[in-house]
Amino acid sequence: MVFPFRRGTRRALLHPTGSSWGDLLFQAGSGAAGFAILVLLALLAVVLAINALPSFRAFGFGFLGSTAWNPVRDEFGALPFIYGTLLTSAIALVLGVPVSLGIAIFVAELCPGSIRVPLTYVVELLAAVPSVVYGLWGLFVLVPLITTYVSPALQGALGFLPIFQGQIYDRNLFTAGVILAIMIIPTVSAVSRDALLAVPQHQREAALSLGATRWESIRIAVLSYARSGIFGAVMLGFGRAFGETMAVTMVIGNRNAISVSWFAPAQTLSSIIANSAREGAAGSLELGAIVELGLVLMLVAFLINVFARFMVWRFLGKREGGLE
Amino acid sequence: MKSTGEHEPTLQPQRSRRGLWIVIGVIAVVVIIVVSGAMTNWFGLGGPSPIQLNGAGSSFAFPLMSAWSTQYKALTGVPGVQINYQATGSGAGINAVIAKNLDFGGTDAPLNATQHTQNPTLLTIPESLGAVTVAYNLPGLPAHINLTGPIVANIYLGVTTKWNDANITTINPGITFPSTSIFVQYRSDSSGTTFVFTDYLSNASAQFSSQVGKGKLVAWPVGSGAPQNQGVANAVKGQAGAIGYVELAYVVQNSMSYAKIKNAAGSYILPDLNSTAAAAASAAGSLPAGDGDWSQVSITNATGSNSYPIATFTYLLVYQELNIYPSGMTEAKAKALVDFLRWAVDNVAQTAAASLTYAPLPASVVTLDVTTIRTITFNGVALLP
Repeated sequence: MVFPFRRGTRRALLHPTGSSWGDLLFQAGSGAAGFAILVLLALLAVVLAINALPSFRAFGFGFLGSTAWNPVRDEFGALPFIYGTLLTSAIALVLGVPVSLGIAIFVAELCPGSIRVPLTYVVELLAAVPSVVYGLWGLFVLVPLITTYVSPALQGALGFLPIFQGQIYDRNLFTAGVILAIMIIPTVSAVSRDALLAVPQHQREAALSLGATRWESIRIAVLSYARSGIFGAVMLGFGRAFGETMAVTMVIGNRNAISVSWFAPAQTLSSIIANSAREGAAGSLELGAIVELGLVLMLVAFLINVFARFMVWRFLGKREGGLE
Repeated sequence: MKSTGEHEPTLQPQRSRRGLWIVIGVIAVVVIIVVSGAMTNWFGLGGPSPIQLNGAGSSFAFPLMSAWSTQYKALTGVPGVQINYQATGSGAGINAVIAKNLDFGGTDAPLNATQHTQNPTLLTIPESLGAVTVAYNLPGLPAHINLTGPIVANIYLGVTTKWNDANITTINPGITFPSTSIFVQYRSDSSGTTFVFTDYLSNASAQFSSQVGKGKLVAWPVGSGAPQNQGVANAVKGQAGAIGYVELAYVVQNSMSYAKIKNAAGSYILPDLNSTAAAAASAAGSLPAGDGDWSQVSITNATGSNSYPIATFTYLLVYQELNIYPSGMTEAKAKALVDFLRWAVDNVAQTAAASLTYAPLPASVVTLDVTTIRTITFNGVALLP
């Protein structure tokens, strides 16, 4: 009889209870790899916590609420950086998500087949550009453009809002938000495009057959069907904006304070770490405070992920198609 | 794409071509390995490899160290001595040499008292001199306006916010200042340049001393920060009305405007090699020994009618006994390090420094350095006769 498999496969098939060594080895190997992730994360948290101990002893939970960051007097607090991180990421989402969705809808639903593939490649290529390149481009191209045209116009039109008042520094919180918006567009648009493409064809057909226009069918049948995936894409973009270091450090202006004005320099959790990581000597209060900022960054990222899971589970996870 | 049901031709590599590509790929990989191997001297084709001396720290000293590295490699011939120096910043240089990750460290700020007490055998060797300039971007104004320490301190405190402030205009007769805001720029990374600048401002202004103080990283009340000397130079050049502090070499390279600063004798002095050397000469008599506590050494606001007030030594940090490294230090390497130090503080190297806008060390400081270098030992045996 001719058996159409290689020897190992035949043995595995003849002994389906999993008694073969290969199976055990494979199971142990992949199990170890999976387990290693957990160990790595735990080790990371433990090492960060140990190094942050001097700072935690000195400031306790007041560290999170304090606005002081003074290496000369050994006073440290995380609030300006938490504020800078959350606000720049929020600006990035507000500016970046609509554009990303536009790109995703165009690529998935509207564009002719001949330019779909090149367009997809270009968008994905943008996601692969290193962040330092975005930073350089931001510093030498985007910053002068925004300082000369965008910021004065915003101040002229919306100057009654406190956030658009005051001196316009060339490198500031708003510019950092804009560069982050550009950086998250490839990620958000690529992932939401996949979500849109995963919508079954019959959804579109059903909407069209009910007399919906092109836009109505996209809105009713496609977007609402894919909203869970789109929300995931937005959270992914938020994650990228949140942890981005190099480009932000180059355009945010690096001031360790909370300013009402968006045109004032600011600082994020990751940019302050990048700026001062080489400063503190081992065991010093300053190094402790810098490491504790790393812990805060991990913690806030974790909380945002939990929040996103909760949102998906509570509001979006229900099996709701556009048309059922 | 799958959902739209388009027909796309599937591309199957043809078998014969695939084999060809694999062969080409293997050949390319082998060639790359052989070439890079040859370049890094795997096969011993280039003769014995040079002795490597590794240092890092002060970015201010970096252009000088790279010039010295090339010069010294040529001088020592084959296999010679290769000096590797990375501009990681003064704070990082001190930390790395204390951790014994470097053969020598470079810093613009001396070891503080605690660091000195914990590492009493780490010697301080002034290697060169630098000046910190106050650079500004005011289109249409002269290249060198007059400023004083208290005025600069007030600008960096946010007290003085406009260029046409009365304090500035009265000491610059005949110049019409614009009413624009002053955009303050500072170093965002840990930096010896910041240390020197804040040291000077703390001397000039009691309010600056109590509110900000001196350090490699301080809490600036106003302004925005950029990394490295070049970063601050770019930030100042990028915004009209900006002011920033940058090492002399960088303002010269970037053709920027920079201020004359009023010194202790009351004259407005332009930073250059002579005025920097004058500041060092006036302080040279009171320097501690190489193994002493340098934390209080400062040549800012030096006496002497020609002294530029924001000047600094830049130092090399080397251990007095070199056989203390966990690995990598040999007697030959220790000897090479000491020979390099002796060469660096001497005439030829100091003259080369002047061409890069580093002021040469005064003779008395060179004598002090040579005395210090003679105390360096390997296993207790002095390395320099």
